[in-house]
Amino acid sequence: MIKKPNENKDLMIKKLMINRSVYKSVYNKVKLLIILTAAFCCSCSDQQTSSSNDKEQTELLVYCSEGSPDSFNPQLVTSGTSYDATANILYNQLVTYRPGTTEITPSLAKSWDISDDGLRYTFTLREDVPFHASQIFTPRRNMNAEDILFSFNRQRLSDHPYHDISGGRYPYFNAQSLDSLIKDIRKVGDHQVEFVLSRPESPFLSILATPFASILSAEYAQQLNRLKQPEWIDTKPIGTGPFRFERYEPDSYIRYKRFDNYFIETERVENLVFAITPDAAMRFARFSAGECDIMSYPLPVHLRVARKNDLKIIQTPGLNVAYWAFNTEKPPFNDVKVRQALTMAVDREAILKTVYDRQASLATNPIPPSSWAYNKSVNKVIYSKRRALELLKEAGYENGFSIDIWAMPIQRAYNPNARKMAEIIQQDLAEINVDVRIITYEWGTFLSRVSRGLHHSVLLGWNADNADPNNFFTPLLSCSSVLSGNNYAKWCNREFDELILKARTSSKQQKRTEYYHQAQQIFKQQAPWLTIAHANNSVLVQPDIQGFIISPIGNINFEGVTSKTADEQSEEVHAEQDDPANPKVNN
Amino acid sequence: MFKTLLKQLSTLMISLLGLTILTFVLSQQSDIPIHDYQSQNVFIQYFEYLQFLATGDWGISSIHKRSVLKDFLQHFPASIELIVLALCLAVTAGLSLGIIASTRRGGWLDNTLMTSSLIGYSMPIFWWGMLLVLLFSLTLGWTPVAGRIDFQYNIEPYTRFMLIDTLLHHKEYGFDAFFNALHHLILPAITLSTIPMAIIARMTRSSLLAVLKSEYIRTARSKGISNQRIIWVHGLRNALQPILTISGVQISIIMSGVIVTEYIFAWPGIGKWLLEAVSRRDFASIQGGVLALSIIVITFNLALDFLSIYLNPRLRRPS
Repeated sequence: MIKKPNENKDLMIKKLMINRSVYKSVYNKVKLLIILTAAFCCSCSDQQTSSSNDKEQTELLVYCSEGSPDSFNPQLVTSGTSYDATANILYNQLVTYRPGTTEITPSLAKSWDISDDGLRYTFTLREDVPFHASQIFTPRRNMNAEDILFSFNRQRLSDHPYHDISGGRYPYFNAQSLDSLIKDIRKVGDHQVEFVLSRPESPFLSILATPFASILSAEYAQQLNRLKQPEWIDTKPIGTGPFRFERYEPDSYIRYKRFDNYFIETERVENLVFAITPDAAMRFARFSAGECDIMSYPLPVHLRVARKNDLKIIQTPGLNVAYWAFNTEKPPFNDVKVRQALTMAVDREAILKTVYDRQASLATNPIPPSSWAYNKSVNKVIYSKRRALELLKEAGYENGFSIDIWAMPIQRAYNPNARKMAEIIQQDLAEINVDVRIITYEWGTFLSRVSRGLHHSVLLGWNADNADPNNFFTPLLSCSSVLSGNNYAKWCNREFDELILKARTSSKQQKRTEYYHQAQQIFKQQAPWLTIAHANNSVLVQPDIQGFIISPIGNINFEGVTSKTADEQSEEVHAEQDDPANPKVNN
Repeated sequence: MFKTLLKQLSTLMISLLGLTILTFVLSQQSDIPIHDYQSQNVFIQYFEYLQFLATGDWGISSIHKRSVLKDFLQHFPASIELIVLALCLAVTAGLSLGIIASTRRGGWLDNTLMTSSLIGYSMPIFWWGMLLVLLFSLTLGWTPVAGRIDFQYNIEPYTRFMLIDTLLHHKEYGFDAFFNALHHLILPAITLSTIPMAIIARMTRSSLLAVLKSEYIRTARSKGISNQRIIWVHGLRNALQPILTISGVQISIIMSGVIVTEYIFAWPGIGKWLLEAVSRRDFASIQGGVLALSIIVITFNLALDFLSIYLNPRLRRPS
């Protein structure tokens, strides 16, 4: 390392010198280290700038998503994360929603016909829909009736050869009891299929637009049978959608490539990447550093920061509701007056401010105002402690009582912090002599205990899977859902139940609206819940991303999304229209 | 020597046995049974369980229906890459900082180094990681926030070691992809190595100081051997024994640190995989992950034991 000093010198001097040179060499090393790291960092930041140039050439869109999908077949799962990664990217359904709305439009089916008794739905399919190709599969025909039959019969018939592949459980199909609703599916022609129902069900078209109704290739299934790898149908997906599957690294990323033969001509980016980042703070950091173009599920605090920094926020009122359900089987909640009194005693404005950071609107009915069945004439709950005390006195509870509130332990867009919500309610109720104990369990235990009816009252929420109002009323408030479903108020009102059943089976929209309006009146008067809020769906988007439209139902769609600098602003105006709170973001 | 080895191996067997009993009990808690046992008897089931483990059947994840062992092996390379780099960083930086401090004992450099190392190992790692991201990624923009590589590099995962895979993609991207991957590694590796680095530095300093005070060092000095040689050959080799022992303990600190670090940096390794499994009550993955992680820690410690026996002749004969 260092040259040995002259050996003829005195020992002491030698030692000193060596010491000095040792330090010197250490200093040099440290210096060298600093220089090296600095050089490395510089070279890296250089690289970054050069890489961002490459980015424009290869056309890449990075979406920071909140988790790994459970499967690439939406028939097998119920999580929104899995739906986002599959339903509107790899697949198509017979019908779909017009982007950004809850209106049904044709997709794989170009038209349909409903018989007068509402029992037969005949769909005429498009003939120009090709499937994706992959290394192991080259489609030899376009989509036809066989594929429709395959996709539904796999879920419907337990003797179907593909029924038991990948576990044989179809949670959504079973939860909606579609096996009893759909009596038969017939092939009428090569491009015509007929669904025969066991009873009239007017939300049926909306049901067919949900992710579980995605169409898979029957020809691909045959090919996999020949290869003796049938489960690849769910792990190496083939669909008709705007992007084809390229690669999935668990917990890391999903890569998609543009499908150039897609049957609808829309603008799309060439490479789409889902960067899986479960931690919201980290997701926001990645977004801020420009590592992703679109960020899913920002927290209220991120929206505030984004607003301050003029970042683009895209929002739409979501099809969801947060509610406080009273277990009507247990006293004192079996008394309607007590329920009404409690709904009046809670300051929901405070909840909206502290829990939602104003990213939500007050809820009056179980369904949000954007639904066509919304009843505007239902009286809003008035926050009045005096009136609440009077009602409690009438019910014979003037000395107060104590209740339990079960708060859901996890964070959802529709209920970001149930615990905090419970604390606010606790304070409010203390003023009318009602003692509140807050209870939480781990999520799985929580749900199983609540569905067994062990709770007193519970703070929960609901996100609709399809746009039909029935998706709120039947699973959450019908008599049949007391036993099996999500009716956590355990509330069964015959009159209400009859109305929603009539609304469900009648085919005329006007009649249905009427029934739902009446049902909402009964709901409000009986007060099985305190409806709290409808939260907004929001995503953060980099300024150069054009054409991103968020759906009220919550599923993400990358059709028509492009990455362009400045120039075309017209599309952006369309995306921004749902965001009155933030008019200044258009630059 | 042989006896010592045998003793070490028997401790290994006992700890492995205890471990499998633990994971077996854990797997019994699952709602969906992880393995199909032939017998009703719990004791016989345990032996069946051992058999399943030995044949590589570690169960199927209840969430994504993939083989747990396969899942683990898929996530493992990413963690290995991070751990190895962090360990190298911790050992080289820790050793050199300790040596610098001990040669200038009592000086300002020694004091600053020791104070900062004290701060270094008392810091919560998730907070430290966030702080580094805030400074280097968000404020200065020198390093990327998260992930293993920029997404414009489309890297086919042949080995799943990103540094190797990027070199295998040399034709498409030259060395750009490799440097990009290395660039993504810096911050997580620094975060992960901070605590062990601080501990190793302190240990090196005190151990080296003790050795440098001993008689034979004084003899060596009087013989006129250069200070360089005294520190590197006579001092360090003898001081290395306690340092090695401490480094062995670091592996468990690093293993628990890697879980947090991977979560912070969205690093697709076993830590993130295990956390995800815990949050979703995927019992098959949890027990598989716990088992595999513990096996790694135990065998690593054993290997270090052998290494220290090799380095220190006094340990070769059992007392």
